[in-house]
Amino acid sequence: MAATVRSINKMYGVCFNAARQTTGLKASRLLQHRAFRVGAVHWQQPFDASLEKPQFPGASAEFVDHLEFIQPNVISGIPVYRVMDRQGNIINPSQDPQLSKETVLNFYQKMTLLNTMDRILYESQRQGRISFYMTNYGEEGTHIGSAAALDPSDMVFGQYREAGVLMYRGFPLDMFMAQCYANADDLGKGRQMPVHYGSKDLNFVTISSPLATQIPQAAGAAYAIKRENMNRAVICYFGEGAASEGDAHAGFNFSATLECPLIFFCRNNGYAISTPTNEQYRGDGIAARGPGYGMLSIRVDGNDVFAVYNATKEARRRAVAENQPFLIEAMTYRIGHHSTSDDSSAYRSVDEVNYWDKQDHPISRLRHYMTARSWWSEDDERSWRKQSRKMVMEAFEKAEKRLKPSPELMFTDVYQEMTPNLNKQRDSMWRHLQQYKEHYPLDQYVK
Amino acid sequence: MAAAARFFVRGAYWKLSISGVGTGPQSSFAATLLKLSPGSSSRTKTQRRHVAHFTFQPDPEPTQYGPTEKMNMFQSVTSALDNTLASDPTAVIFGEDVAFGGVFRCTVGLRDKYGKDRVFNTPLCEQGIVGFGIGAAVAGATAIAEIQFADYIYPAFDQIVNEAAKYRYRSGNLFDCGSLTIRAPWGCVGHGSLYHSQSPEAFFAHCPGIKVVIPRSPVQAKGLLLACIADQNPCIFFEPKILYRAAVEQVPVESYTVPLSQAEVLQEGSDVTLVAWGTQIHVMREVANMAQEKLGVSCELIDLQTILPWDVETVCKSVVKTGRLLISHEAPITGGFAAEISSSVQEQCFLNLEAPISRVCGYDTPFPHIFEPFYIPDKWKCFDAIKKMINY
Repeated sequence: MAATVRSINKMYGVCFNAARQTTGLKASRLLQHRAFRVGAVHWQQPFDASLEKPQFPGASAEFVDHLEFIQPNVISGIPVYRVMDRQGNIINPSQDPQLSKETVLNFYQKMTLLNTMDRILYESQRQGRISFYMTNYGEEGTHIGSAAALDPSDMVFGQYREAGVLMYRGFPLDMFMAQCYANADDLGKGRQMPVHYGSKDLNFVTISSPLATQIPQAAGAAYAIKRENMNRAVICYFGEGAASEGDAHAGFNFSATLECPLIFFCRNNGYAISTPTNEQYRGDGIAARGPGYGMLSIRVDGNDVFAVYNATKEARRRAVAENQPFLIEAMTYRIGHHSTSDDSSAYRSVDEVNYWDKQDHPISRLRHYMTARSWWSEDDERSWRKQSRKMVMEAFEKAEKRLKPSPELMFTDVYQEMTPNLNKQRDSMWRHLQQYKEHYPLDQYVK
Repeated sequence: MAAAARFFVRGAYWKLSISGVGTGPQSSFAATLLKLSPGSSSRTKTQRRHVAHFTFQPDPEPTQYGPTEKMNMFQSVTSALDNTLASDPTAVIFGEDVAFGGVFRCTVGLRDKYGKDRVFNTPLCEQGIVGFGIGAAVAGATAIAEIQFADYIYPAFDQIVNEAAKYRYRSGNLFDCGSLTIRAPWGCVGHGSLYHSQSPEAFFAHCPGIKVVIPRSPVQAKGLLLACIADQNPCIFFEPKILYRAAVEQVPVESYTVPLSQAEVLQEGSDVTLVAWGTQIHVMREVANMAQEKLGVSCELIDLQTILPWDVETVCKSVVKTGRLLISHEAPITGGFAAEISSSVQEQCFLNLEAPISRVCGYDTPFPHIFEPFYIPDKWKCFDAIKKMINY
């Protein structure tokens, strides 16, 4: 067993050990460490067959003369870093980020505001007011903790369950609603399904439905940002299901070989729609893949907002300082259904869901932390609930009344410029509408 | 043959290296074997590999873009990339093997001149290359991605069609990857077979939001490539690989652009409109001459250049004049881009047509190896099609 552990350590090599010694080593020494490792792979000169050391350009390793397959260590895999226990008590005081009361209250309010908005918009889909919705129940900690650790200028590539990141950065409720209602205020001009948010001002790249496509894009963006030399990083969110896509492999490999200042943030929430993790992968989750790409990796308790914060903060600092990618796997649980098109009772028990809702929820854990310091009382809770509900309802009612964008906007932005072909088609559409207008809901759209 | 096999097993270990590399002044193992083979001294015509199916016709030297230099097509591509890296500090070139100069030598010298952070190899992963390129463009860089052969572009199809093409539209113009250009060697090369000969433009023509461009010559290649790079929409630039060395012209050394979505009338005529792009233009030039000489038929030849968005107006204007249209491409006929042109032209010019629109294309088979001379839409097939159209 010891031999196995040793050989695993050797396999992970420099980067695994480096991960353990983060606090001890200076960034520059690690950079040299890394450069040396890369150099060792490249420069095997001079080739010397008399040395009993492998000379292969493809790997830097020792010979071994007994046959042994390396055991993938899934029983006791990569440990889960946490700061608070499930009751919200700090376990190791040195890990408490000691954020100000104002900051922590803001965390809490953003998480609960998101939760409130989710409840209302989910219900509005059920009532036929919007066409589709996806909630973030149970994952609020992953959004807020990571968003808080970034710089506002850092670029965010998301998947679709990261609305809290946008909320933390200050995306107005009106704009969330406008996108879900696809009304004339939607920054996306009504072109996409609900929850496909985007904001140029907040550096949040517009969401697209195909999974994992953002992962190699994030690597490219990080590379371009590295060349600009402006102390910016890129973060890329995805789920454990999307991590199975080829694009994920591509993105990890590119970011490591091209030395990109990038944080990969995997929300491992246990399910990809109905597919549980034991049908998604056989190895030790997503974090264990990182070392395979030469990437520093960590697994954190995604329901512990401080653990998420600490890990993201350190990853961001080093990603920019050392121009290398980091992989954070945030373990969490998807309390809600995949979307309004899903009923998860078809594939999991209510008891399982209730456990996470009642016993290990990022919002209640943070609340306990706050109440233990007398930063939040029952009265605060009651009045905040009332206030946040009111804010959401106001935005909701306003969004519902607003007209949809003009059908003109169906034809623009296909290219930067209008093309003759599209001009013709647009004219043809208007002529058709002129003649058959009673069959089309034109009164719901801006003229 | 058996003697040769014995020679390989017994002799190779001791006397010669297995692969024959670096064996010094004596003949290599393989060369020796070939000398001993019965067919080696009297290589008949049928055993020699066939010559190209066309003759490259250079255009007259352009005078409006400043001094020119003799360049073949890969050199004209290098020149375009050189101009770009010099004038645009955000420009980066990446893909498989571009660092040492590229498998077709299109990026020779650029890494040394501009630095390894600007001209670099990527891992072997087309979906990664294009995805990375999209991200770099979204972040504001001029991203020039190379796919080693157009035949290998398909892993990137999702990134191109679902992401690049739709970036601007789906974000309401908040984000775009307009500064992305994807380059790929394209088309038949004489021996490329299934996976080194494809012309996939039809797959991408069906995708609103991207541009697809194919040059016929070095001067066009440089100008169109620079236009693609400057264009604020993601562009795919297919480079006819058979022309990389075969096509030589006087090419301006400075930067210049050839407009996108503007088909070029290469020669005027009155009886038949010929539409093609890339290598096939040179086939059609010969076809036009043959038609004139043997049939007294005057052909108007149009180089489409941009497949998407394509210049409907120029083609229709020509067909209104001639009444006959022949479109030719190497790609398989069913669902090939000629079908789109044919359909649009018959919609707009129906009453002007004297004969059905003719398409002379590859057969509906994968691109074959030894059967290439029979597969390609050569000048005889095109000539025959014109004859049939004239006599309709």
